Amino acid sequence: MGEAIVITSGKGGVGKTTTSANIGTALALQGKKVVMVDTDIGLRNLDVVMGLENRIIYDLIDVSDGRCRLAQALIKDKRFEELYLLPAAQTKDKDAITPEKVKKIVGELKKDFEFVIIDCPAGIEQGFKNAVAGADKAIVVTTPENAAVRDADRVIGLLENNGLRGPKLIINRIRQKMLKSGEMLGVDEIVSVLAIDLLGIVPDDEYVIKCANTGEPTVMSPNSRASIAYRNIARRILGDTVPLMRLEDKPGLMTKVKKIFGLG
Amino acid sequence: MTSKHLVSIKGVKDGLVFKLDDQCNYDDLLQEMRDKLEKTHQRFLAGPQIHVHLKFGKRPVTEEQKDQIKEIIGRHGNLEIRSIDCVMPNSPGIVQEAAGITVKRGIVRSGQTLHCEGNVLFLGDVNPGGSLTSSGDIYILGSLRGMAHAGASGNEEAIISASHMKPTQLRIGSVISRPPDEWGVEETYMEFAYVQDGKMEIDKIHHLHRVRPDLPPQP
Ligand SMILES: Nc1ncnc2c1ncn2[C@@H]1O[C@H](COP(=O)(O)OP(=O)(O)O)[C@@H](O)[C@H]1O
Ligand SMILES: [Mg+2]
Repeated sequence: MGEAIVITSGKGGVGKTTTSANIGTALALQGKKVVMVDTDIGLRNLDVVMGLENRIIYDLIDVSDGRCRLAQALIKDKRFEELYLLPAAQTKDKDAITPEKVKKIVGELKKDFEFVIIDCPAGIEQGFKNAVAGADKAIVVTTPENAAVRDADRVIGLLENNGLRGPKLIINRIRQKMLKSGEMLGVDEIVSVLAIDLLGIVPDDEYVIKCANTGEPTVMSPNSRASIAYRNIARRILGDTVPLMRLEDKPGLMTKVKKIFGLG
Repeated sequence: MTSKHLVSIKGVKDGLVFKLDDQCNYDDLLQEMRDKLEKTHQRFLAGPQIHVHLKFGKRPVTEEQKDQIKEIIGRHGNLEIRSIDCVMPNSPGIVQEAAGITVKRGIVRSGQTLHCEGNVLFLGDVNPGGSLTSSGDIYILGSLRGMAHAGASGNEEAIISASHMKPTQLRIGSVISRPPDEWGVEETYMEFAYVQDGKMEIDKIHHLHRVRPDLPPQP
């Protein structure tokens, strides 16, 4: 029996879909059998970030309405051994499905997959309730901004009401320069307000945006900083102890050379 | 009724402790109390003033149930209730009620409201967007980053104190204050807010006795 993890945040645009795609892919890279479920009905985009949009035939609503079997709606990502996507419907709205139906579908998927990664829509209404219905665990994504942290806090309270205790935190889009100058909320500050375990921090990385446009999840590149951050997060989900990423930029070769010659 | 001891009476330094069974039927408990005071222990309890401490154990007791016990004990002029140890019904978050303070713990998160009757000691944080309200005083062992409203039913004598105070708004009775704007400080440590001449003020906690000489509240 697998584990269903919902990726949620309250606020939109903080990186739920990006996180879902990258955690799903990173777990698949570790040899796990993974399915990603997009519950952002009407605004689906997990398929776009994964570069699988053109392969969609059936979606989540088709499954719940009985227009197709669950297996027919699953899109296999051919780049990996065992990575699948259950896309959201683009033309319907959030009321087209109920939490009970999502729960049933997620329950079916847990029988076949080790991880079911659920991408949650923004907000705290119907779409949120749908997304969390079948989840065993939750990951809350925030960015270092007051409004995002406030919404994350709200969502943590709601998750607890839904029986999802001890959600884990990811702080996304951290900018080293702004952190240093004190223009951005610090990691410690955010963790002390939200008072939940930190699963990882992800730097703001242009490469993420580039990848979103080419349909290649960031973690597929071994070098980008965001990629390393997501790989670390996946390893922590699997139970490894991986130290938090050092935020300071590594001194480049030139600065090292300059130091040697007493120029830095 | 069985002859099991539902009420056990023990002598302590400053009086008597009544330990009340917390599993049995409440009426049986009352009956045994009456029997003990009026029959078996009558002689023992006659005489000079004796302080009584009631311990209800894990039984959640209502005010009405407390009054019933108080009434029975009150019939004996020499018995004076000094303390009552009990949990309130339907409030899982409560650790204990002692000396007129309700103790609660947890985190009041954005969008959540915690309301208490009487004075409250809150062990935890009140986050931005969360509110803690009470008809009495509010003492927070933790960070107050959201809203707190003390004396919510109109008591402007009430105070709000916190280990760390960085509230979005404070209210005491009907007086509202936006601390960062009005006080010129972003956050304070170990301070309390009170109302003087219709205006909210803050001061160090060690000055609390000047503003409220009656604190801590007596049972
Ligand atoms: N770590 C990051 N660095 C740079 N851009 C990011 C990062 N995470 C997310 N983004 C960008 O932010 C935007 C919103 O991300 P998305 O995952 O769609 O958010 P959500 O699903 O929460 O609405 C996208 O354009 C995405 O490429
Ligand atoms: Mg999204």
